[in-house]
Amino acid sequence: MKKTIITVVGQDKVGIIAKVCTYLSNNQINILDISQTIVQGYFNMMMLTDTSKSAKDMGILSQELEGLGEEIGMVIRCQNEDIFTKMHRI
Amino acid sequence: MINIFEVNETNKMIEQENLDVRTITLGISLLDCIDPDLERLRERIYEKIVDTAKDLVPVGQEIEMEYGIPIVNKRISVTPIALIGGSACKSPEDFVSLAKVLDDAAKAVKVNFIGGYSALVSKGMTQAEEYLIRSIPKALAKTDRVCSSVNVGSTKTGINMDAVKLMGEVILETAQMTKDRDSCGCTKLVVFCNAPDDNPFMAGAFHGVTEADSVINVGVSGPGVVKKALESARGADFETLCETIKRTAFKVTRVGQLVAQEASKKMGVPFGILDLSLAPTPAVGDSVADILREIGLEHPGAPGTTAALALLNDQVKKGGVMASSAVGGLSGAFIPVSEDQGMIDAVEAGALSLEKLEAMTCVCSVGLDMIAVPGDTSASAISGIIADEAAIGMVNQKTTAVRLIPVIGKGVGETVEFGGLLGHGPIMPVNGFSCEAFVERGGRIPAPIHSFKN
Repeated sequence: MKKTIITVVGQDKVGIIAKVCTYLSNNQINILDISQTIVQGYFNMMMLTDTSKSAKDMGILSQELEGLGEEIGMVIRCQNEDIFTKMHRI
Repeated sequence: MINIFEVNETNKMIEQENLDVRTITLGISLLDCIDPDLERLRERIYEKIVDTAKDLVPVGQEIEMEYGIPIVNKRISVTPIALIGGSACKSPEDFVSLAKVLDDAAKAVKVNFIGGYSALVSKGMTQAEEYLIRSIPKALAKTDRVCSSVNVGSTKTGINMDAVKLMGEVILETAQMTKDRDSCGCTKLVVFCNAPDDNPFMAGAFHGVTEADSVINVGVSGPGVVKKALESARGADFETLCETIKRTAFKVTRVGQLVAQEASKKMGVPFGILDLSLAPTPAVGDSVADILREIGLEHPGAPGTTAALALLNDQVKKGGVMASSAVGGLSGAFIPVSEDQGMIDAVEAGALSLEKLEAMTCVCSVGLDMIAVPGDTSASAISGIIADEAAIGMVNQKTTAVRLIPVIGKGVGETVEFGGLLGHGPIMPVNGFSCEAFVERGGRIPAPIHSFKN
């Protein structure tokens, strides 16, 4: 398993989750967990995913998700989970 | 399970608070390149560096993509060149040709600096070491990416005052040879006392002889992150203040630890140390001076500055040591004047003087760093300043250093622009009374009594 955290942040609008999940599905990325909040109209979502079955490497996935974000007016980042577990767990 | 608040906290540090990995420095031993023939020596140095470092920049970029953390610099440090050229080099010119090889190799592998044009002369100087030291002005004027350092003292050996006198002259000559570029050659030259073998930061990085063939050392930095965390501790007592710094330093250092381990794995090079220094840049929100102001000082330089810096330096180390399996290098708070907008503001406001900076060097991890002084400062005054810093380091068993830039043709009240990460700054006044008779004496200042620990 290659655990990757995908974050989506921006102004709330219709269709965000649908569009992102379609991309993930098309690229064999399995979603393990989702959490999401909306604070004062701002949409903030974090997905824990497994990218081990994807044909594309991290660099390409990052770039394509960033591009998708620009299309729908959101900021999408794709990062290996380790940077978060290393910082917040001993 | 990581939660959304923790993810947001980390990404906010990166995006808004200037959290970054300041450098991955690949240390390369050139001991196996030593050759009495200068041409063969040059070839062997070039090949060893290019071969060992060819993946450094691509690996750095891969890690940036994978984790979403900027890795600002990829650099190389090598064995002090005075040792490598000891047999082949029969003149300062011969050493300059080695500097050119280092510069070419650095450009071939696309790193922005290569450190190690160095000599370790804390007890005495060999002929080769003197040639290297005398070659420094020309070497730094004729190359772009080479950084140089000279260790003139240590707690164990005392201070080599012959070297200190020579370095005052060398710094001035380096300034002269680059006077068309605001004497910027001096930004690539550091004089040390108790220089560490594994410092990843320039300009003082070199690959000490105690190290293995190659090693990855990482310098992480996040003064903006610490400053932001302290905003929530405004008005709180010292215990809360210190805890906040310590916990934040832990988090920042963890990122560095991750990057160091990944770089080591991907390059097949052992992980050396993590240097957990708060290293500022001229960018907004990336200032150590701002942390001092957040601690409660109107400007760095005000009374209380030395105490504030002492607690900051200590808490950074405490938080960082838990976060990493191997801490080394300089590890603490940096106070380079031209690289920190808050320090520049303090000098311009009249709050910060060279004398106060000297006091601050007693409690932080570098010395007098990136300070522009008048171009007519005498060599003996520069030597006197070096001797002062060396004494502080020697007696207090810590690393101290001097990176002064005498700006030829400019004086107090004018500013100098070095560009990029090296920043800009006002020219600071130097005490005008003479120490020439002191510097002219020659010889060594012996090691202090407390160094005899056997």
